[in-house]
Amino acid sequence: MDDTIVAISTTTGVGAISIIRLSGEEALKIASKVFTKNLTKEKSHTIHYGHVIDNGEKIDEVLITVMKSPKTFTREDVVEINCHGGIATTNKVLEVILKNGARLAEPGEFTKRAFLNGRIDLLEAEATMDLISSKSETARKISINTLTGETSNLIKDLRNELIQIISNIEVNIDYPEYEDIEQLTSTKILPSINKFKKKLQEIIKKSEDSKVIKEGITVGIVGRPNVGKSSLLNALIEEKKAIVTDIPGTTRDIVEGTIIIDGIILNIIDTAGIRESKDLVEQIGVEKSLEIIDSADLVIFILNNNEEITEEEKRLLKKVKDKKHIIVINKIDLEKKLDRKKIEDKYIEISVKENIGITEIKKEIKKLFNMGKLKTNDLTYLSSARSIALLHKALSSIDEALQEIEKNSPIDIIEFSLKVAWDYLGEVIGETYTDELLDELFSRFCLGK
Amino acid sequence: MKYEIIVVGGGHAGCEAAIASARKGHKTLLITGNINNIATMPCNPSIGGSAKGIIVREIDALGGVMGEVADKTLIQMKMLNYAKGPAVKSLRAQVDKVRYPREMLNTLRQEKKLSIKEGMVEDLIVKDGTVYGVILNTGENITSNIVILTTGTYLKSDILIGNTRTRSGPHDESPSLYLSNNLKKYGFNILRLKTGTPPRIKRETIDFSKAKKEEGDKKYYTFSHSNQHYYDIEKQDPCYLIYTTEETKKIILDNLNKSSMYGGLDDITGVGPRYCPSIEDKIVRFSDKEKHQLFLEPESHFYDDIYIQGFSTSMPRNIQEQMVHSLPGLEKAKILKYAYAIEYDAIYPTQIKPSLETKILNNLFTAGQINGTSGYEEAACQGLIAGINASLKLEDKEPLILKRNEAYIGVLIDDLVTKGTKEPYRMLTSRAEYRLLLRHDNSDLRLSEKGYSVGLLSLEKYQKFIQKKENIIKLIEKLKEIKITVDTEKRRTTMTVFDYLKNPNANLKEVNSLFNLNLNYEDEIIEEVEIQIKYEGYIRKVEREAEKKLKNEAKQIPENIDYDKIPNLASEARQKLKEIRPLSIAQASRISGVNPSDVSILLVYLRKYYNE
Repeated sequence: MDDTIVAISTTTGVGAISIIRLSGEEALKIASKVFTKNLTKEKSHTIHYGHVIDNGEKIDEVLITVMKSPKTFTREDVVEINCHGGIATTNKVLEVILKNGARLAEPGEFTKRAFLNGRIDLLEAEATMDLISSKSETARKISINTLTGETSNLIKDLRNELIQIISNIEVNIDYPEYEDIEQLTSTKILPSINKFKKKLQEIIKKSEDSKVIKEGITVGIVGRPNVGKSSLLNALIEEKKAIVTDIPGTTRDIVEGTIIIDGIILNIIDTAGIRESKDLVEQIGVEKSLEIIDSADLVIFILNNNEEITEEEKRLLKKVKDKKHIIVINKIDLEKKLDRKKIEDKYIEISVKENIGITEIKKEIKKLFNMGKLKTNDLTYLSSARSIALLHKALSSIDEALQEIEKNSPIDIIEFSLKVAWDYLGEVIGETYTDELLDELFSRFCLGK
Repeated sequence: MKYEIIVVGGGHAGCEAAIASARKGHKTLLITGNINNIATMPCNPSIGGSAKGIIVREIDALGGVMGEVADKTLIQMKMLNYAKGPAVKSLRAQVDKVRYPREMLNTLRQEKKLSIKEGMVEDLIVKDGTVYGVILNTGENITSNIVILTTGTYLKSDILIGNTRTRSGPHDESPSLYLSNNLKKYGFNILRLKTGTPPRIKRETIDFSKAKKEEGDKKYYTFSHSNQHYYDIEKQDPCYLIYTTEETKKIILDNLNKSSMYGGLDDITGVGPRYCPSIEDKIVRFSDKEKHQLFLEPESHFYDDIYIQGFSTSMPRNIQEQMVHSLPGLEKAKILKYAYAIEYDAIYPTQIKPSLETKILNNLFTAGQINGTSGYEEAACQGLIAGINASLKLEDKEPLILKRNEAYIGVLIDDLVTKGTKEPYRMLTSRAEYRLLLRHDNSDLRLSEKGYSVGLLSLEKYQKFIQKKENIIKLIEKLKEIKITVDTEKRRTTMTVFDYLKNPNANLKEVNSLFNLNLNYEDEIIEEVEIQIKYEGYIRKVEREAEKKLKNEAKQIPENIDYDKIPNLASEARQKLKEIRPLSIAQASRISGVNPSDVSILLVYLRKYYNE
């Protein structure tokens, strides 16, 4: 909590204004060093007009908001700089601030400080994080829903269902001789666990869809040098605007370009070599391609119609099959030298140069992500990566329970996995305490000596 | 006459406390209202039960006496939850209500460092926040270094039947009239609790042909790890199962306002336990149920009383007569003792440290019902811990504090001192999040080392434990070497017995005879090894989970921490932390009302605090 952190807090490249936010003890001091006016003596919650200056040179015309501790988001001194000059200038301003003593914030660090300083609770922290980074109207709606607790209710219902099963088993154990409570055996609980599993799977699916709506899809374009990766990117974007950041590490994935299809954002991530000028030989290694394949939600793999398939391409083709992918054969305007049989997969034939097949690619993307069917009016689903990961963990615990039933294990062992699943669900909403279970026991069952 | 330790109250907590102190070599005095009522069982005639049976095993592994005394005096024994999983198996014995107290008194009398005195303690000798002894109702002062209060239900207790309230303890004993007021004067917050007991029926007036017989197990079991059994499995006393009738329900509903709890008395303040409701509670709360299960349990070979488990009530006597006569086989039954509810004072257990010494007065320990619990086993284990820790304090040693992953006793005490309780607290397996580790079979493996190192467990028992531990290791090693060939549905495979046992349906005893392995080990070793191998995956998982959660146990919070100086704590959390004053971050995180964000804030503050 000692140093002062800084980050671009608006999404890069979206919107006309970018906001750079500083938080920490030296926020005012550092901002003053790069601004035309000394801000350290200014009152809290005031706005100041001026320029950001680096070595006497005006970088951007900005508005600066001064907010002093404790009435700020992080409860520390906060300065927000509204930049007007587009992405390149915003990055330049950030660079100047970094040079003057601030540290680049880690992802979510502002919210973490807000949380640690007691400004917000855990769920709020997550929802705020979502709200800040939400790029579209749909995404904003999901964030608001999380804040109002509809998501919590969804999980509460799920947990409630699970605890009915658990408490019935617990009663059998703690009151072994009470005949009037049904003695649960593994075969008896099987239907209810299967039913529960289905429900959980449904929620996971919808949550993942909801994540797509909010965070978009990460797309990697992979292919040999000169196969036409940058041309395809530009064709998809429809205007020649590849966004490039100069400061390494300002964002986690370097987003080369953003396409919006049916309101869903496609973030095209670092397609190595794409920035190189055409005169230079692109040096795309297999390793780099593998990295891209790993981190993308969707891989577009481009082959050249005019050349034979290489061994490296064959290897990458295999790797791509585990992912959502589209195989594209470019340059169909040239002589056909590629043997289609060697692909052993579906493919789309295109020519970026002649503008053939671009629409087909977009259609395929829509199909792969079920975009037409993503409901944007039903947004009570979880969408933070953490929540979805926890739901998956809960699901695999349920699967473990089912395996134990299969193996005819004792009921206590089966219940163990159910409880783990219940705890994971509790973690999503920040509750895992066993008193709930006891309350359930005593309110539902007639027990006593 | 000066003593090192005075124990006030001769119930299950008091007996364990007194014996532990005396065996550890400290001059101890046990003061009790009536020497003939030492270790009596005023409620159900059984010891053990789900989770409770494991507590008795733990008491035995630490060097306490309840297990041995129960073994010597039981008249029926059952292993509950046998098929439900290794962690939830638990013993329950029907115990002879005459022989148990007699046997306990004998045990007490064998302790040379222990004296027993009849008397009623009404006040403590207190100076500058420290206790120096007790004051009896006769005015007599007896001094000691440490006092352990195990007063049970005798603090300002009232017996409630219908519209009558009588100041009395169980067995028509006189209660302590002023001690709880005096505790209040010293700064304790007092809690009023309530419990109840069913009527006792003359055996020969019951027609048992209308009831279903419930026999004991046809296999020998013991609470004690000495494995010495004193009963004959062929001569166990049966219990009987019956159900309430429509008429029972009608009588209760027609007369509901006569029950003390439903209008018979208008000054009820005690909070009763949810897990032990009266029959009128059950009928009212679960009105859609046609009948409720009742057990007829024998109390002793020396007298005729039959205990109706499940039928506790505070109805007036004439209504109790009608209720009892509405039960099948009890149409002509004679009631020997009427049911009653009892209200008594306890202290809020959050005023106690995990060692069971109170936070309010130095050198004062409390155990049993005064701490808000219910049940003989819950009382006994606290008495044992109080006795041990009082002695350790005299010896200037660190207290014995069992963790939640080490013993049910640890769960119980941590729950009490961290969360407090609003109703009489009973142990349930569901309270133990690491119950897969807290098993019947491994109680000695978990606790004997501790029992021995605090100086309570006898050398003989300790050596038996060491032997068992070695045999377990030896057998496991052996099973990793022996290979057997088995036919599965698909194919014939050769594997080690160790691997074969991971199959949930595998049974080591069967394998032993089927393949002529000649493994000559005692049953308990075979069982232990089988559980360890079969559930290894789950046990590891729980161990890791416990480790992760209890890591914060090592992060101590300084005793003099000023919670008002920590910025940004939520006000509820601040208030709870000030009240409970947890010893570690782990304990703090278990307090209800202290949220993860509060714990983070506390951690951040402590980091600064330690840096300075």
